[in-house]
Amino acid sequence: MRIGSARETYSQDEALFDSHTKRVWLCVLGTGLVLFPFFAGQYWLYLACLVAINVASATGLNILTGYTGQVSLGQAAFMGVGAYAVAVLEKQLGTPVLLNLLCAGGAAMLVGLVVGIPSLRVKGLYLAIATIAASFILHFIFANWTRVTGGTAGLTVPPATIFGLALDTEFRLYWLIMPFTVLMLAGAANLFRTRIGRAFIAIRDRDISAEVLGIPLLRYKLLSFGLSSFYAGVAGGLWAYFFRSVTPESFPLLMSIFFLAAIIVGGMGSILGGILGAVFMTLVPEVLKLMVGWLPNASEAMVFLAPVRTIVFGALIVGFLIFEPHGLAEIWRRIRRFFHLWPFRS
Amino acid sequence: MIGFDWLMLAEVSFAGLGSGGLYALAGLAFVLIYKATRVVNLAIGEMLMMGAYFFFAATSSMGWPIWIGIIAAVIGSGILGAVIERLLIRPMLGEAPISVFMITVGLSSILVGTVELIWGADQLRLPDFMPSDTVLIGEAMVSPKIFYGFLAAVALIACVLLVFRFWRGGVALRATASDQAAAYSMGIDVPRVFSLTWVVAAMVAAIGGIIVGSISSLSPTMGVFGLSVLVVVIVGGLDSVPGALVGGLLVGLVESWTGTYFGGEFKLLATFSLLVLILMVRPYGLFGTHEIERL
Repeated sequence: MRIGSARETYSQDEALFDSHTKRVWLCVLGTGLVLFPFFAGQYWLYLACLVAINVASATGLNILTGYTGQVSLGQAAFMGVGAYAVAVLEKQLGTPVLLNLLCAGGAAMLVGLVVGIPSLRVKGLYLAIATIAASFILHFIFANWTRVTGGTAGLTVPPATIFGLALDTEFRLYWLIMPFTVLMLAGAANLFRTRIGRAFIAIRDRDISAEVLGIPLLRYKLLSFGLSSFYAGVAGGLWAYFFRSVTPESFPLLMSIFFLAAIIVGGMGSILGGILGAVFMTLVPEVLKLMVGWLPNASEAMVFLAPVRTIVFGALIVGFLIFEPHGLAEIWRRIRRFFHLWPFRS
Repeated sequence: MIGFDWLMLAEVSFAGLGSGGLYALAGLAFVLIYKATRVVNLAIGEMLMMGAYFFFAATSSMGWPIWIGIIAAVIGSGILGAVIERLLIRPMLGEAPISVFMITVGLSSILVGTVELIWGADQLRLPDFMPSDTVLIGEAMVSPKIFYGFLAAVALIACVLLVFRFWRGGVALRATASDQAAAYSMGIDVPRVFSLTWVVAAMVAAIGGIIVGSISSLSPTMGVFGLSVLVVVIVGGLDSVPGALVGGLLVGLVESWTGTYFGGEFKLLATFSLLVLILMVRPYGLFGTHEIERL
């Protein structure tokens, strides 16, 4: 805790952003996010949208895995459900964008609830493997329910339109994607100040003890699955509007591993961790590409880019787990602590 | 049923049992690691792949004879197993199972990347070393590669089981698996048993990889085989050797039947549906230990 921030009331103690400095920096960040699209080039806007979608989905997984302790490797498949829901609604019914995104979340939530049912009976790694099974079964449905999903060829999504304005450039999409992500982050951060969020944390720490304390396990585990896949579904819907084409191969198992890696690298059980992890893991491949571009014989080195990316991806997971298990969020905390206490050392 | 092709069913079943033998072998490598160290090793498919690539390097690139190639691949994989255990798994002792699980996920990514970096992402062919005359069981024809692969897998499984029944190191491993603290107090060097397990499992996986690689072909995507192995061990029970064997044959049969009668795209669906079914009915697998949790 920072010096000189004595709390006098309970509401101050419970506040999400408890100090003046935090609020000031938050305003700076908010202004930055609003001004960003006016100054950034197309490539950076593209990255920003991608990062925002990944942050939303990673935060969803963080609710389930980081806070409730139910490991899931199905996040990408739930995103797929959302993306297909948006594609089908947009193409066949032409319903408004906001409704489509909510329906995408709802559809993914229903699927997530079904997948979550085994969670009362199986735990830990068995559950992780059950979610792998679910994601393969969903992939099969995407590829073979041709009448709705368009089979292996997939679906193309018309651009989102709000008030007659087609969101077909990165600049315009930014204004759809970023507010959604910020809203979902605020929702997740507030969730853990409520009874439900506290119940999730209790289940993570020891599910049997939580049940003894009067938390109905099945209901809360399912709720966690539902919320997490709702986030994934909305993120998937945004993904569909962003890439405008949805195929079964868009959401491979590797993508689920990516999200799990993102929250591990960022820090499980911390909203900030989910954000940092998703940003970091999305940007690392781009930074690698940049670095290869600087090499003297860049065009030859490009051949090695894909395998090096795969290695770096694995090495990041392993390295963080061994050397910094609490992830980037912990590093961030240490840096902040250094400045709080300066010129003294901890 | 009139007109049902029983001969075809027999052939398909034999092919299924054949590939099931390989699943059983890979499942055995998985169960060895899980029993002794409680690590769920998602990189098992990649360990198979590394064995096959070592074999490829020794025979095709270096031009060594087949037998030396096999021995070199087994030794190479054993060293790799020891290195993995020492560098990645040992520091994670006592951490949450999910962390160790994610370590193996990262490991599989590192191994795939390394293979692509060294040998490229294209498919490669291993040199043929198995007899190629068609095998007849009764009237049913069986592909020679699958038949001899199955025989090799069975022989190896028998070897491993005998070794663990009678060799001192094997007994130490079983003691560690049943009670770590007791094993420690009886003077068993538990960390060394852990290393040993990884070495042996990597060696078994290497032979499995060589057989799998020579039946089909060699590519960095071979690790997908590991997903089916995961189904095998869950169906059989994570900590049960007979479970891995039965599960392997069962999954092989199911894959082969659905692949023939419904189409290739149903294979994964069938295995994973089997997995879900087993998890619902017997969460600890057919032969696994039902662990009772205490507060």
